[in-house]
Amino acid sequence: MSLHYFANPTRFTRLAGRIQPWAGGLAALLLAVGFYLALIVVPADYQQGDTVRIMFVHVPSAWMAMFCYIFLAVASAVALIWKHPLADLAAKASAPIGAGFTFLALVTGSLWGKPMWGAWWVWDARLTSVLILFFLYLGYMALWQSIEDGQKAAKAAAVLALVGAINVPIIKFSVDWWNTLHQPASVLRMDGPAIHPSMLWPLLIMALAFKVYFVALLLARMRMELNLRRIRALRLAERSS
Amino acid sequence: MEGMGQFFAMGGYAGYVWPAFAIVLVVMAALWFISDRGWRKSEQTLAALRKNRRQRESDAE
Repeated sequence: MSLHYFANPTRFTRLAGRIQPWAGGLAALLLAVGFYLALIVVPADYQQGDTVRIMFVHVPSAWMAMFCYIFLAVASAVALIWKHPLADLAAKASAPIGAGFTFLALVTGSLWGKPMWGAWWVWDARLTSVLILFFLYLGYMALWQSIEDGQKAAKAAAVLALVGAINVPIIKFSVDWWNTLHQPASVLRMDGPAIHPSMLWPLLIMALAFKVYFVALLLARMRMELNLRRIRALRLAERSS
Repeated sequence: MEGMGQFFAMGGYAGYVWPAFAIVLVVMAALWFISDRGWRKSEQTLAALRKNRRQRESDAE
């Protein structure tokens, strides 16, 4: 079965409709478990006290902020190169989700930074590059909105998404390249995670919850975008007849 | 009840920990709500348009 099997929009809609409720339910369940572990089971940190609990929403949000952008950029590339009929819809559908998670990474980071660093915000490389990521999402969505012709909008937005992809490695390595208050990676490291398993597991459950939520939401938004495309086509046909 | 009070106090960091978790729930729920409503609305519009078209096609015959 090739990628093109699901390129058929009707087949996609049917499959998405079947997966979506399961993904939504699983996301809610994992999220409930994650919140329970993060707020009740995990002990307070000996240095950071109870603020360490913020990590369990901050880190998965930041991971999703990056993941959504990589997804958006790859989908944009597929749309530009292979003209896959669902790729530009997938990219468009993922942008508000990415913007939401980036916003959450910034806000939860701020709420963690104030008690631990003594500042809501510092203009260092990590924070600034994530803020740029947030504006990239907003710019991407605005570009779709601003161009009437759907195909031209898709193309322009895809180019913007690919140019903006340069920001992703900058975010990832910003903590190594520049001096910063932000701590370096503790989980995704070459020498294995530098975080105690009692904290790693709840973190991974929360990360999985966010990822499954992304899948459920992406499917819903892609079905909506497909419908909107069909609606536009029908209205055009009506006008010309 | 003291256990509950302690839980809500979050070691003196209640003002940071609870808002962080609350905003996550609010944003995730809002995104879900907006997307679900948008999808439902698009289904209705599409169904109405298709019904219209069938109507016109049968009228033309």
